[in-house]
Amino acid sequence: MIYELLFMNGYAVYVLSAFSFTLLSFLGLYLLTKAQFLKEQKKFVAKFGSLTTEQANSAKSQRVNKEILANATNN
Amino acid sequence: MFKLFEPNKIFKITSKAPKYVLFLFIIVLSVGLVEALVISPEDYKQSDAVRIMYVHVPAAWISLGIFSSITLLSICGFVFRNKNFFLISKSLAPSGFVFNIIALVTGSIWGKPTWGTWWAWDARITSMLILALFYAMYLIVWRIYDKKEKVYKISTLITILGIINVPIIKYSVDWWNTLHQPASINILSKSSIHSSMLYPLLIMTAAFALFSLLIFLMKYNTELIKIKNKGLDRL
Repeated sequence: MIYELLFMNGYAVYVLSAFSFTLLSFLGLYLLTKAQFLKEQKKFVAKFGSLTTEQANSAKSQRVNKEILANATNN
Repeated sequence: MFKLFEPNKIFKITSKAPKYVLFLFIIVLSVGLVEALVISPEDYKQSDAVRIMYVHVPAAWISLGIFSSITLLSICGFVFRNKNFFLISKSLAPSGFVFNIIALVTGSIWGKPTWGTWWAWDARITSMLILALFYAMYLIVWRIYDKKEKVYKISTLITILGIINVPIIKYSVDWWNTLHQPASINILSKSSIHSSMLYPLLIMTAAFALFSLLIFLMKYNTELIKIKNKGLDRL
């Protein structure tokens, strides 16, 4: 059975390369998107850290900002 | 009604959802891969080369679906003057483009054992290539222009022009003499594909749809944080 799976009547090179290309594209897109997300999140945390207490309180009044900070701490 | 979908309100959900979607995607993809590579039967004509269908067809379907959604959302963005529609469109585009490339590359790989060539200027393949160019133009516009209003206008124009190509892709196999076979799966009439091949195809389609949802959520959250970063600069 393993031989059949690996040989695929001579079509394995085509089938496995198509599947590999698909999975590698998925992995590449996932890693790229994740990296972009983490970069923006890091930037947000750094900017938030440089705010004055008054500015930070004003920013924290927005629910999204609180969520971003909470997620950044969890990651 | 659109207020319910405001970024501020849905961020709580979109920020938590990716990990669950990723988990579900891995499960569905694992089942799909076993079905596609091991359990499903070989074709009487194409033998095992038919297994390429399980990545090629879902990728093509989803790239077409995403482009249609982007067009609809962009038009809605203009009609209802709601920027969130543009934000959703922008977040959908990268996965649509990657699926389009996957469809082209896996189609080319499938072409070699079945047609004896990696590429042919066949109506279906050429129209899919044109769709990839529209995707590329759409993504480039978001990168090169700073003025949001200009981006909204040009990107919507690109999607409107690109959507003309979608029915051409769908019906190219009926309108012209192409190397591609006519559709084997029909929603309105009986499909000519056997259930032993249809189920793996549907499972792989579900896995691909989950992946595009995952990328969309991650991209949407990134765009939202970018906006919030600009907001912090203004404080």
